[in-house]
Formats: sequence, structure tokens, C-alpha cells
Amino acid sequence: MSTVLIIFCVLSAITLSTAFLTIFSRNPIHSAIYLVICFFSIAGHYLLLNAEFLAIVHVIVYSGAIMILFLFTIMLMNLNDKDEVHKPRFTRLGAIVSFCLVCLVLIKIFIDSKPIVGYDYTGKDYQSIKVLGKVLLNEYMVPFEFASILLLVAMIGTVLLSKKEKLEK
Amino acid sequence: MNNILTQIGIENYIFLCVTLFCIGIFGVLYRRNAIIVFMSIEIMLNAVNLLFVAFSTYHQDAQGQVFVFFSMAVAAAEVAVGLAILVSIFRNLGSISIDNLKNLKG
Repeated sequence: MSTVLIIFCVLSAITLSTAFLTIFSRNPIHSAIYLVICFFSIAGHYLLLNAEFLAIVHVIVYSGAIMILFLFTIMLMNLNDKDEVHKPRFTRLGAIVSFCLVCLVLIKIFIDSKPIVGYDYTGKDYQSIKVLGKVLLNEYMVPFEFASILLLVAMIGTVLLSKKEKLEK
Repeated sequence: MNNILTQIGIENYIFLCVTLFCIGIFGVLYRRNAIIVFMSIEIMLNAVNLLFVAFSTYHQDAQGQVFVFFSMAVAAAEVAVGLAILVSIFRNLGSISIDNLKNLKG
């Protein structure tokens, strides 16, 4: 068992367990903290795959920006454990049954699929920041600009949505 | 130096990502708190992003990583708008349980 495989197993264990804890913890703040750990372990997976640019961007965007948004929203709402309404047992049962069906379909797909063989190794540099920047700004120039428009529209929409409406009479 | 996936195996990554995605689906179906539902959606997005990066390494191609970059931009926009909607729902209804949002039901 090589070192890389051991690191992969440890990271996967952290990722899966914190994802479970995110869903099953009662307090939303605990969920957010577990989600931060989950995102950091996914950044570790990116580092393991030598995608250092994506790892950095992932930490900045998810662990930084998105988690701050989540935590601020949770604190703004001042949620407590008692706010969690008691779920009807029927809904819970339906959730578990549909989850099992999804798992069944996915497991069946992976059992029946052909094994993947043949790992390419071309030796050329394909994931340094230099190469990624060239690909992003040559081939994907138009989507890149549209992403900026999307972020601008999202920003304006967020401001409009969260602004308090004035009562005009 | 060779492909890192020869030591780990792409199947392991596929199983990890499918499990993570299933956890996300379960969170969306099981929890009633809208913020936890949002977090589950983030977990699902991350599972798919991780699989993109794994296959980008498998094919030794940069385009998968560029796609992950775009998907992160969309996720950031989605979370910002979604949380703003949640705040306004909380302001109007006083709770964010998704069971309360059934005004559209006839």
C-alpha cells in the first residue's frame, strides 16, 4: 500500500464522515463547521491530484466566501435547535426509500460498467497555472466573460432580494 | 514520475464521488431545514467537481479543470442568491422549514 493510497484513504474518510455529520447534526452552526472541514479535505484531494490552482481557488471560494455567507445567514436568522420542526414519519420514510432507490441505480451502473484500464501519461504539463490560464483565456474566453456577467447579475439580484421593502402609503 | 491515478485508481475516486453525491441527495430529501438543504446541494456540486478533476488527471487534459472553475463561479452565484431568498423567506414567515412553503400548492 503506497503512501499516496494511504493519504487518499484518510482524506476520503474525513470527507465522507464530515459530510454525514453535516447532514445529521441538529445545530446548523455545527453543520457549517463540519462543511468547512469537508471542503478542506476536498481541497486536499485536489492537491493530491496535483491541481494546485483549483485547490487554492476551492479554499478561497468555498471555505472562504461561501461558508462566511452560510454562517452570516445562520446568525442573522438566530436559529435554535427548537426551531427544527418535528418531521412527520411518512416524509422521513419516503426520503429513505427514495435514497435507497437512487443508491440501487448507481450501484447497478457501477457493477455493470466495464473496468477502466490504461492510464495516459503524456508527460506534458497540463495543470499548472500557466497552462490553465492559457486554456481559460484562449479557448474559453466567451464563457469566462459570461461568468463575470453572471456574477454581476447575482450580486445585483442579491442586493435587490435582501433589501427591505419600504412600505409606501 | 507517472500518472498519479496508477497508484490510486480512478475507480476509488468514482466510488468516493458517488458516495458523496448520495449523501447530498439524502440530505436534500431528509432534512427540512432549508439551510441544510443548501449545504447538501453544495456537497453534491463538490462531488461532481472532484470527479471532473479526477478525470481531467486521467485524460491529462486541462479542460476538465477549466470546467470546474466555471462550475465554482456558478455555485458562488447560486449560493448568494439562494441565501438572499432564504433571508427574505425568514423575514416573511419566521421560519425556514421547507414544509411551510406550500402556498403554490392549489
